[in-house]
Amino acid sequence: MSEKNNIIVYCEYEDGRVADVSLELLTKGRQLADKLGVKLQAVVAGDNLKDIEKQIFPYGVDTIYKVQDSRLYPYTSLPHSSILINLFREIEPRIAFMGATSIGRDLGPRVSSALHSGLTADCTALEIGDHKDPKTGTEYRDLLYQIRPAFGGNIVATIVNPECRPQMATVREGVMKREVRDSNYVGEVIDLDPGKYTSPEDFVVEIIDRHVEKSKVNLKGSPIIVAGGYGVGSKENFELLQKLAETLGGEVGASRAAVDAGWIDHDRQIGQTGVTVRPKLYIACGISGQIQHIAGMQDSSIIISINSDPNAPINTIADYVITGKMEDVVPKLIKYYKKNSK
Amino acid sequence: MSLNIIVLAKQVPDTRNVGKDAMKEDGTINRSALPAIFNPEDLNALEQALKLKDENPGTTVTVLTMGPGRAAEIIREGMYRGADGGIVLSDRAFAGADTLATSYALATAVRKIGNFDLIIGGRQAIDGDTAQVGPQIAEKLNLPQVTYAEEIIEAKDGKVTVKRRLENGVETVRAPYPCVVTVNGSAAPCRPRNAKNLQKFKYAAAPSELAQDDARKPLIEKRPFLGIGEWNAEYVGADLNQCGLAGSPTKVKAIENVVFTAKEARNVENTDQALEELIQELIVNHTIG
Repeated sequence: MSEKNNIIVYCEYEDGRVADVSLELLTKGRQLADKLGVKLQAVVAGDNLKDIEKQIFPYGVDTIYKVQDSRLYPYTSLPHSSILINLFREIEPRIAFMGATSIGRDLGPRVSSALHSGLTADCTALEIGDHKDPKTGTEYRDLLYQIRPAFGGNIVATIVNPECRPQMATVREGVMKREVRDSNYVGEVIDLDPGKYTSPEDFVVEIIDRHVEKSKVNLKGSPIIVAGGYGVGSKENFELLQKLAETLGGEVGASRAAVDAGWIDHDRQIGQTGVTVRPKLYIACGISGQIQHIAGMQDSSIIISINSDPNAPINTIADYVITGKMEDVVPKLIKYYKKNSK
Repeated sequence: MSLNIIVLAKQVPDTRNVGKDAMKEDGTINRSALPAIFNPEDLNALEQALKLKDENPGTTVTVLTMGPGRAAEIIREGMYRGADGGIVLSDRAFAGADTLATSYALATAVRKIGNFDLIIGGRQAIDGDTAQVGPQIAEKLNLPQVTYAEEIIEAKDGKVTVKRRLENGVETVRAPYPCVVTVNGSAAPCRPRNAKNLQKFKYAAAPSELAQDDARKPLIEKRPFLGIGEWNAEYVGADLNQCGLAGSPTKVKAIENVVFTAKEARNVENTDQALEELIQELIVNHTIG
């Protein structure tokens, strides 16, 4: 098999660990490489990369391109882009994946622009298939189908890059399954000279400070909101809602009654006197649905109401109504999401 | 020191506000029922530009957008909030552009503007959520980029200091300008319209708007600052092979509409099986997961 025309995954690396999202992409990459009969390659750039191949090879990786330089960690856009641009010009991969993280979504577009190759962000499925151009009638074999929701999640689009290479895609963490191919799998490590793949001008952006800091509550920007009302009954039960929100990747909100009861902070209040939200999914738990609350959430795309009262007013604007105690229903939703999400 | 700032903005359908009438009976989107709005993160970007303008007297803020003539609406909106003027990049040749062809067109317009220190835009637009156009413009103009900005702390001595919001924390970087900064939704919200600006720019218009109603024409001739620029592909010297559908490496193979259930509550039984089926349904239609 040649060094060209393969599948390559850009691996993120922090604190001695290859990022989960990169390992998930290697797993997907291996499946697609088998289907196409090509190699799976990985590229990693950073500092302290000794033995990193031990974490990567088990996913069935045939070639690892390693670029070791203290200036390559922490990540900055320009040198990492230059490495990929120069390497991809050399080895001409047919497909390149990176995580839809703050790194991958910074790096991917820059690389795709330089190579004039198409990039599809935040794919939820990746498949191999054929394509016929509806206008010219030209047929293309074995393209990458890049499947993603678009238009605020109201449509699902399948994107292809018929002519340009590599076909690039980013995928969020947790979307693909992660599976070791063979813990004894060993491929080849190729060390690249950082001086050859980057230029001194690539290092003009300095990182002054990096630290862990929790973000402020951002109810408005959250696509999923799990909200609780007076029916939640206690501070402890709100922790259950927090757990559901974390599992689904959303935020916790509340009605005024729950805030007044002291079960949750005021900055999470939704409604006329709180914030107005329009998430894709609003799960209302133990919220009766006073007009003041409804005014702040009625434009949500999908509303699920969990309430022990089948006649709660909120049920009239809900898409789904579950009649029952939230203490019973919420843990089951968490359980079945975890079971079905991968 | 005064700065010249270009704010990249997009007029988008309000995809967050997909209500009952936004879906047709067959489950397709009724685009005309969705209001056209100033892309939310572009407003965050405008605020960062206006903050720099407050801090650096003499700074000019120019809003650049690509779209149909009506996109001049968001330029006026930007002027009401404190921008000095704007340009609509508009041409049929740009239609059907993917992110790469979009960034190519915008980069040619930026070159035409010429004199700038900072290009600031939203991280991503809500109709596509790709976050690609900012970095791609940076690459096309061979400029450094700072993405996921939460605050532009200062622009001084040719360098801009920016706080970035990442998955697990924050990072502060210093980049030489000219450069491209894309701003996150977690940044400060944009200031509201200013009453004085509203009075001043109320009659601002782009040529294609005047073509439909020329009542404002004499006024704009008298007060040139009311003229909103409207540039086409030829004017910015764009290579048509790199614009629109022709210049887009990615092609849409298929579109599947996510069919929403009619707004009539469905009762889901409180049983393990029914709850699991509900979760599966929400995963399949990409509401969660």
